Amino acid sequence: MQERARELAVIETLDGGKPIRESRDIDVPLACNHFFYYAGWADKLEYAFPTRKVESLGVAGQIIPWNFPLLMAAWKIAPALAAGNTVVLKPAETTSLTALKLAEIIHDAGLPPGVVNIVTGFGDTGAAIVNHPDVNKIAFTGSTAVGKLIQKAIATTSKKATLELGGKSANIIFEDAPIDQAVEGIVNGIFFNQGHVCCAGSRLFVQESIAEKVIKKLKQRIETLYVGDPLDKNTDIGAINSKEQLQTIEKYIQIGLNEGAEIYQPQCTLPKKGFFYPPTLFSNVAQSNRIVQEEIFGPVLTIQTFRTIDEVIQKANNTPYGLAAGVWTDKGSRIFNLTTKLKAGVVWANTYNKFDPTSPFGGFKESGFGREGGLHGLSAYVKLS
Amino acid sequence: MNRLEVLKTYKIYIGGQFPRTESGRYYTIKDKKGNPIANICLSSRKDVRNAVVAARKAFGSWSERSAFNRGQIIYRIAEMLEGRKEQFIEELVKQGASQKSAIQEVNLAIDRIVYYAGWADKYQQVASSINPVSSSHFNFSVLEPMGVLGLVAPQNSSLIGLVSCIIPAITGGNTIVVIASQNHPLCSVTFAEVLNSSDVPGGVVNILTGNPHETAPILASHMDVNALVADDQDLLHLKSEAVENLKRIVPLNSNWMQKESQGLWFVTETQEIKTTWHPIENIGGASSSY
Repeated sequence: MQERARELAVIETLDGGKPIRESRDIDVPLACNHFFYYAGWADKLEYAFPTRKVESLGVAGQIIPWNFPLLMAAWKIAPALAAGNTVVLKPAETTSLTALKLAEIIHDAGLPPGVVNIVTGFGDTGAAIVNHPDVNKIAFTGSTAVGKLIQKAIATTSKKATLELGGKSANIIFEDAPIDQAVEGIVNGIFFNQGHVCCAGSRLFVQESIAEKVIKKLKQRIETLYVGDPLDKNTDIGAINSKEQLQTIEKYIQIGLNEGAEIYQPQCTLPKKGFFYPPTLFSNVAQSNRIVQEEIFGPVLTIQTFRTIDEVIQKANNTPYGLAAGVWTDKGSRIFNLTTKLKAGVVWANTYNKFDPTSPFGGFKESGFGREGGLHGLSAYVKLS
Repeated sequence: MNRLEVLKTYKIYIGGQFPRTESGRYYTIKDKKGNPIANICLSSRKDVRNAVVAARKAFGSWSERSAFNRGQIIYRIAEMLEGRKEQFIEELVKQGASQKSAIQEVNLAIDRIVYYAGWADKYQQVASSINPVSSSHFNFSVLEPMGVLGLVAPQNSSLIGLVSCIIPAITGGNTIVVIASQNHPLCSVTFAEVLNSSDVPGGVVNILTGNPHETAPILASHMDVNALVADDQDLLHLKSEAVENLKRIVPLNSNWMQKESQGLWFVTETQEIKTTWHPIENIGGASSSY
């Protein structure tokens, strides 16, 4: 994979529309590292689950989304193989190419036929995997709505499931935070991969005393973001993945305007051809607004302010989701206080959207269950007795 | 000297109180010969909802107690159960057990509670992790209780199944709403009395008797219940009810009288994993080589 990293990065960007800078520096290297990390677990499973007998589950049916096609394939396939399972993986219909390229690499690497199988298709192909009687485990990353359908579909079976679903994650800026660094973190939190990120920091909470300053700097910063050709190394925000997704984003913009929110978009020229959307800020929003409650999956940020730590914890937790959160402060004790009280599977302090093969990722509440990454990611693919 | 035996009224346990079911309904359980043993509350939808409210209310302070303190309180449950051993043996015998197996079951239940009391301040240390990420962060994953659990207690056991499921869950800081065994309910109510005299705060454990076919689906579909713990077979009917808020499903399939039916994983399977990326100051690149 590493030898073909450039090829994979270009295909990923051509196919899905994410900036080449991201597929080159983030998606592809992380995918490679994920395989390398789990390869090392294959002969150490008894240390991962001391005192227990560890067996493979069998055939894992895996359905992945269009936002990080190659990376999600790696997150799914690597731990499954390390624990001795075989795999049927369905990439998303709009972004199947890197998974097929990965199949080529897997073939060249000499993995026995049948161990990894990749089938392309739409939702009905996914449903065929979910409902197949000879599949022992379902691993799904995607929307909460589809996650619920899957859980319902397998409810009367003994299939195991891990679901990594939607989010509406809070990014919280305290008055003692390093402001410039925090502004970069806000931008990375919501505009990374055009906001097509399940853990995107889509709800910004700024402490009242610095709100004016932060919002001013944020507006200045997004004026400089370059929206355009995903294959251009200077591009910050690439193409929206599909026409449907662009329509969803536009629908939510209208909802936000109807709810009385104040919109801000920078002066930027979008390419005439293709699906693009400018970075967008909504302020003057209420906790009950749909744009604050529902996952938009686009470059759209809502901004709220808070006075006290208790207030922001309550607001941040007031969502059916619980995938991730960001905290920006100079105070270590405050980071520990917040990470204890935020109901989220991943809490980033003074950073956002960081991933690592050793670090378990996954949500609380309606963001799904199960973890991917680290030792914890193995337990999704083993039977213990 | 003849005296009339004072028969016990078996009530349900919600938020540290012993109310009758709000529905006013009851059912009678009988011994092998068909003689009535006791009247048992036939809990309703409203009782389930009240119990969930009580469990949610208790969750904050119970989960935030020190692990050491939770261990002490759980040990106290064992002490109280030891003191009321005879009553439990008598109830098990009434419900059809032999004297010998009843004694064995009660002893094991006490020992199992002591076992988990010891885990309270140890499971975190054994099961949490520091993750060696490549960036300049101290990255760690800890366990956190899932929240309010719904338990459909093992139906073929009166005491040991109940204890084996409740205790690891509360050891890990969860609160719980229990639907007791329908045909062997006596020990569940008496165990509630033990809990109530053991410094376990009201609402941490709530126990409802009745017909699981009626109450379990209500518990399984309740939007403020975070996880559903039930027997494999019962889950086949309940899992689809649990979808709407994506409850965690924890299947049980154990012979609770075996030694293997206890362990760290009974605590960890009702825990969430939370991962924190804490920054490490890294200025100037000074090295620690000496």
